[in-house]
Amino acid sequence: MSNASIEAIAAKSGQPFPGAPNNWRRFFSFSTDHKVIGIQYMVTAFVFFLIGGLLAMVMRGELITPEADLVDRTVYNALFTMHGTIMLFMWTFPVLNGLSNYLVPLMIGARDMAFPRLNAAAFWLVPVFGTLLMVSFFVPGGPSQSGWWAYPPVSLQNPTGNLINGQVLWLLAVALSGVSSIMGAVNFVTTIFRMRAPGMGWFKMPAFCWTVLSAQMIQLFGLPSLTAGAVMLLLDLTAGTSFFDPARGGDPVLYQHFFWFYSHPAVYVIILPIFGTFSEIFPVYARKPLFGYRFVVVSSLIITVLSAMVWVHHMFASGTPSWMRMLFMFSTMLISVPTGVKVFAWVATVWGGKLRLDTPMLFALGGLVCFLFAGITGVMLGAVPFDIHVNNTYFVVGHFHYVIYGATVMGVYAAIYHWFPKMTGHMYYEGLGKLHFALTFIGVNLNFFPMHPLGLMGMPRRVASYDPEFAYWNVIASLGGFLLGVSTLPFILNMISSWILGKRAPANPWNAIGLEWLIPSPPPVENFEEIPIVVSGPYGYGSDEPLVANNPAGELISEHS
Amino acid sequence: MSTANLDPTLNTHGAHAEHEEEDHRMFGFIVFLLSESVIFLSFFVGYTVYKTNITDWLPAGVEGLEVREPLINTIVLVSSSFVIYFAERFLHRENLWGFRAFWLLTMAMGSFFLYGQAVEWMGLPFGFTDGVFGGTFYLLTGFHGLHVMTGVLLQGIMLGRSFLPNNYAGGEFGVAATSLFWHFVDVIWIILFILIYVWQ
Repeated sequence: MSNASIEAIAAKSGQPFPGAPNNWRRFFSFSTDHKVIGIQYMVTAFVFFLIGGLLAMVMRGELITPEADLVDRTVYNALFTMHGTIMLFMWTFPVLNGLSNYLVPLMIGARDMAFPRLNAAAFWLVPVFGTLLMVSFFVPGGPSQSGWWAYPPVSLQNPTGNLINGQVLWLLAVALSGVSSIMGAVNFVTTIFRMRAPGMGWFKMPAFCWTVLSAQMIQLFGLPSLTAGAVMLLLDLTAGTSFFDPARGGDPVLYQHFFWFYSHPAVYVIILPIFGTFSEIFPVYARKPLFGYRFVVVSSLIITVLSAMVWVHHMFASGTPSWMRMLFMFSTMLISVPTGVKVFAWVATVWGGKLRLDTPMLFALGGLVCFLFAGITGVMLGAVPFDIHVNNTYFVVGHFHYVIYGATVMGVYAAIYHWFPKMTGHMYYEGLGKLHFALTFIGVNLNFFPMHPLGLMGMPRRVASYDPEFAYWNVIASLGGFLLGVSTLPFILNMISSWILGKRAPANPWNAIGLEWLIPSPPPVENFEEIPIVVSGPYGYGSDEPLVANNPAGELISEHS
Repeated sequence: MSTANLDPTLNTHGAHAEHEEEDHRMFGFIVFLLSESVIFLSFFVGYTVYKTNITDWLPAGVEGLEVREPLINTIVLVSSSFVIYFAERFLHRENLWGFRAFWLLTMAMGSFFLYGQAVEWMGLPFGFTDGVFGGTFYLLTGFHGLHVMTGVLLQGIMLGRSFLPNNYAGGEFGVAATSLFWHFVDVIWIILFILIYVWQ
């Protein structure tokens, strides 16, 4: 493209200095701009979210009647395996990586991530391993049927006898996902440690960046354990070793340790950035500083450390010795302390504030309510006797989905609406946003609340058919599930139409505080014409203190309160 | 900012970003190595769990592992960590030929280690699929061997680069990182040697 047309684009964008050309093609290119990569991550993740959601719809369709009449049992096994795998590895991690990619450099006053090319490479692995996973639908024998945790000896079965089978493809995809995540984690940790704007001391950094740092530390030190387990499982499947094959001296429980040593902390990789999102959103829409900022920050670090000490609570029923169960019961329950600190901080932030119930705030409040419920059932599950009682029942599924859909997906929606004007330069449609929230919140509770009574009644998970006494709650759950499916439609409609037709967004539509709101929407190519010099903390609502000593965009935030 | 930097394909990192990236590489590389060490740690934990829990740990007819050759290998590998340190020192003093000589010696010692391991593997009476012992033995030594191979390869690249004109403004990171990687591989080997060969 010639310089003349670049200037024309810059002029059209109406920005004070040449900004990012509003050209959709760049989102399909190998770009090293963290903002493009961020959006690439988020859109790709959302495509997989829809695929994973579709699989869930089929499952809920199957479970609307007690008989296995829609799909047969092997297909059902494949459905829940792929649903879980896609939602965790293809949706939550990529979407949060996308959000973090977009926001972290802007929030810390950097021009880009530390390693832009590595960043792009980490993203492009996502469609590669996503495709690899999808291919497994078409190999003989179909996709893996051993659940997203791939426990041996079930995952060691290979009825087709082919070397390329669903389980092998699953393992390769998960391994590639691990490589991508570690590349991302190295980048995030380096960026946050080394590229903060002058003046931005550790305790002047937004809480969101702290949670990203904490989450990425978990990726760095937890993920290799899953990789080790996956490599050994792959060798068992393809090369004839017997690490996890009990018939040949192997130890399948060791795999569970490797798996959960990462996959339990992975829950915090998912939820910590959501905590960060809440910490950014509540102050803006309540017009108050984040209550107990330092406590919120330190609690993230404590959660990070504790997260590596609780994995055995997934194995209370795996022949774990009693002393170990007690130890891990206490460590599990301990984690509710730093988490509680955060919840109190958010409640105190919102308390007595002038609340604006825009869509991001609604989603953040809804997400917080769901998280509270999930937290309570989480403490219940941490107790050994209760856990053993409801082990492998729908109670666990309900708890888990309140965390993942209730808190995480709603938190992601909150973040997307909140930063949508910044990312696209356009405002979203508030009415559609509120409709989206209402459908999602009702859908979540209709879908996942019934799983708790079902679990207490004893309905096992991972079954295609069940005793007719469970039918009542299952019908409600299925209707809730379909409603959740429908709830994505106003979101898609809103995002596409407002990106194209929405009102132009000013630099700071919410009157928020933070470096990202000091620059035009969408931000120009290298974010800041001049790197900002930070002089105060990120939550100075009601204070007259300026955030930066120099103004990167030539215009100050008009008011703070 | 000139419009020349505004390539709309957004590969827009000018000299500024390139320079910053240089600065952060070593930090990023150390972070990566810390992460990598957890994979080894997981394998070590796995090995220990198996060894302490499995009653017929060694395959039938296998008495134990011969320590003499691996010990020689260990001495060579550990010494190479000192040799590579001196190579780096020569580079800092801008003695390029001294650097090349010691760097090449490190490569030779690394290659000797790999050769020694290959000889050992070929002489062993058990294979990769002979029980959990066979599996873990080859997994650990193989995964470590892969790292040694990577190290020697990186050293070769750095040696080649030292002959390019005007290279060493940007090449020092490569040398420092390769050297750090080599020390890392060395430390891992010491733990591995104790775990597998000493604790029999």
